[in-house]
Amino acid sequence: MADETPKPEELIQIDHRPPKTDWMDVPVDIRKGMYCYASNPKSVEYLGLPNARQWNPLDEDWQLPENWQEIIHEGFKERLEKFRSFRVFMDICVRCGACADKCHYFIGTGDPKNMPVLRAELLRSVYRNDFTRMGKILGKINGARPMSLDVLKEWWYYLFQCSECRRCSVFCPYGIDTAEITIMGRELLNLLGLNIDWIATPVANCYRTGNHLGIQPHAFKDMLDFFVEDIEEITGVQVDCNINKKGADILFITPSGDVFADPGTYTAMGYLMLFHYLKEKYGLDVTWSTYGSEGGNFGFFTSHETMKRLNSKMYAEAKRLGVKWILGGECGHMWRVINQYMDTMNGPTDFLEEPVSPITGTKFENARSNRMVHIAEFVADLIKHGKLELDPSRNDHLKVTFHDSCNPSRGMGIFDEPRYVIESVCNHFYEMPANTIRENTFCCGSGAGLNAGENMELRLTGGLPRANAVKHVHEKHGVNMLACICAIDRAALPPLMEYWVPEVDVTGLHEMVANALIMPGENERSTDLRGEDIPGREVVEEESDIESEEQADEK
Amino acid sequence: MGNSLKGLIEKKKKDIIRHWFEATIQTYAPDTAQFYKGQKDEFANPVGNTTSEGIPFLLDQLLNDFDSEAIKSHLDPIIRIRAVQNFTPSQATAFILKLKEILRDCLSDELQDAARLKELLAFESRIDQLSLMAFDLYMNCREKIYEIAANETRNQTFRAFKRAGLIVEPSERSRKVKGVKP
Repeated sequence: MADETPKPEELIQIDHRPPKTDWMDVPVDIRKGMYCYASNPKSVEYLGLPNARQWNPLDEDWQLPENWQEIIHEGFKERLEKFRSFRVFMDICVRCGACADKCHYFIGTGDPKNMPVLRAELLRSVYRNDFTRMGKILGKINGARPMSLDVLKEWWYYLFQCSECRRCSVFCPYGIDTAEITIMGRELLNLLGLNIDWIATPVANCYRTGNHLGIQPHAFKDMLDFFVEDIEEITGVQVDCNINKKGADILFITPSGDVFADPGTYTAMGYLMLFHYLKEKYGLDVTWSTYGSEGGNFGFFTSHETMKRLNSKMYAEAKRLGVKWILGGECGHMWRVINQYMDTMNGPTDFLEEPVSPITGTKFENARSNRMVHIAEFVADLIKHGKLELDPSRNDHLKVTFHDSCNPSRGMGIFDEPRYVIESVCNHFYEMPANTIRENTFCCGSGAGLNAGENMELRLTGGLPRANAVKHVHEKHGVNMLACICAIDRAALPPLMEYWVPEVDVTGLHEMVANALIMPGENERSTDLRGEDIPGREVVEEESDIESEEQADEK
Repeated sequence: MGNSLKGLIEKKKKDIIRHWFEATIQTYAPDTAQFYKGQKDEFANPVGNTTSEGIPFLLDQLLNDFDSEAIKSHLDPIIRIRAVQNFTPSQATAFILKLKEILRDCLSDELQDAARLKELLAFESRIDQLSLMAFDLYMNCREKIYEIAANETRNQTFRAFKRAGLIVEPSERSRKVKGVKP
């Protein structure tokens, strides 16, 4: 909703059609519900990033350093020289418009500046002005404009309305990755201390404590212990949970969000059950780490240096514990960092082995260099070789569809493994329409650090195309569960569903795996991991039992 | 029915729908309106398609049953979208009243007849009614947005307290034991 409610006299004069104005002449209007709060100066300071101060995006004065234009110009120049792709992306766009209508934020908000081509044009216009001869001579005719405070504010507002999902890049005939333009733009903004707090504080937490939420090792262990208790209550099996175990076969790293926020917690319980099963049946020793306790990397949304700093703990911890290789949990952007940058940033990985499943003998050749395997791949392989005993009928009350999380799908090509796993653990699976899944998947609307509470309108409009496809399969097939392999999805999709398709709930892949997994020595299961009755398997408590238990309680 | 207002609207239905859709879509920026009009794939363009599907249905309801549940099924999706976009409440719902203007324009000759004009006044009351329904739906959506945001914050805080061991919930069983009503 726009902020100003018009007065009656204004209402009479309202023309509901917006004016036809060139995009450069439409001033930025920073609207509540669309932007995230400014970074907390303590977090910026902790990371040693520049210009830490209290500021408010709605204020006229953003308290920038006096030479801020020079800082941006020099930062721009440095990055153009350092990153060839950035320079190429600045130069080669012919403004064909193929990307224009592919962005979920444009589709949902209807704001033309959310067309990827225009979002990139925000930077390109300054690039032309500062770094090209034609831009210097022809100015606006050439699409160039000098950097000003208004332009800077426009950068900030729209670069934090891009979830770096890369759907637009799938359609670009030149292969321009607009996400990389956003990444560079955010780096430049960070030179002036213009981050959002939903990113800056998790980054500071992660740098200090090892995870975004700032959970200290003892609290992390407490949480896992809670899960062990819950699992025992539901299955009757007390699972082993290795923490910081030196000499374990495999180090497991997953986003901390799943350890602390529902419904991700059920997926975390799923991991614990799976690892216990593999230990019991095949002797595989997997350990968690309270130091490498974060798979996600919000540094990726800050600058490449920050991303590298946060990522370095993964290899450091693997080295310290002396494991053979690393297994990674369900996460989105974590996998873009691991798959595309980790080895280059923090390798070489000669202290680890090339990943081979000790249970099936499968060699994960795609992970030969970075030595980190995706859990969907690992589990799909186990199922393919008949190594997991499963009862998919326990998930019969679920009609499941699958949301391809942007980064594992477009960033690393994980399409079939999660589907294979779902179809092995559930009997009712329905795909959403083809132009909304796999490499064409629509973002949840909250990626790249945008899943804050204060920008709810942005999240709900950005998630509309995804929700619209879910609504379709809900109406057509009665789908009631949306599965995903990303912790941000698990935080972002429930509110999205509540607004657009309230009949649909959200789950992680391994919650469903664990619900179907037949554990050695388990009791007959009457509830799922959420403690909800499995239809047709409810335990009917006899009145006399309750009474006798109550009497026992009273005593 | 031939010469009744309803018959006249039925005759020009196609034109009226086109104008009504056009007026609704023109509330977006020109480039956006072009996309919302042009892209016919319902998954690539949920906003345009929800609007283009809803408008003929709503006109039909205005002319015939005027059943509130049926209206809601097609009005809610349009309003649900406009309630999160960059519109004031009046901008989000004004497209409904726009139909009055469109009818007056499309039927200017026919409305010279006093009997038709009288029918039009009655028909316009239905449009007003629809407009009020839209406003109710709009408010439901806005309240929902705040509820979602508030619950998200509440749950985060509540869980943090719970996990820090600061909250002890009374269990079902202890309630029964102490005879306290739930």
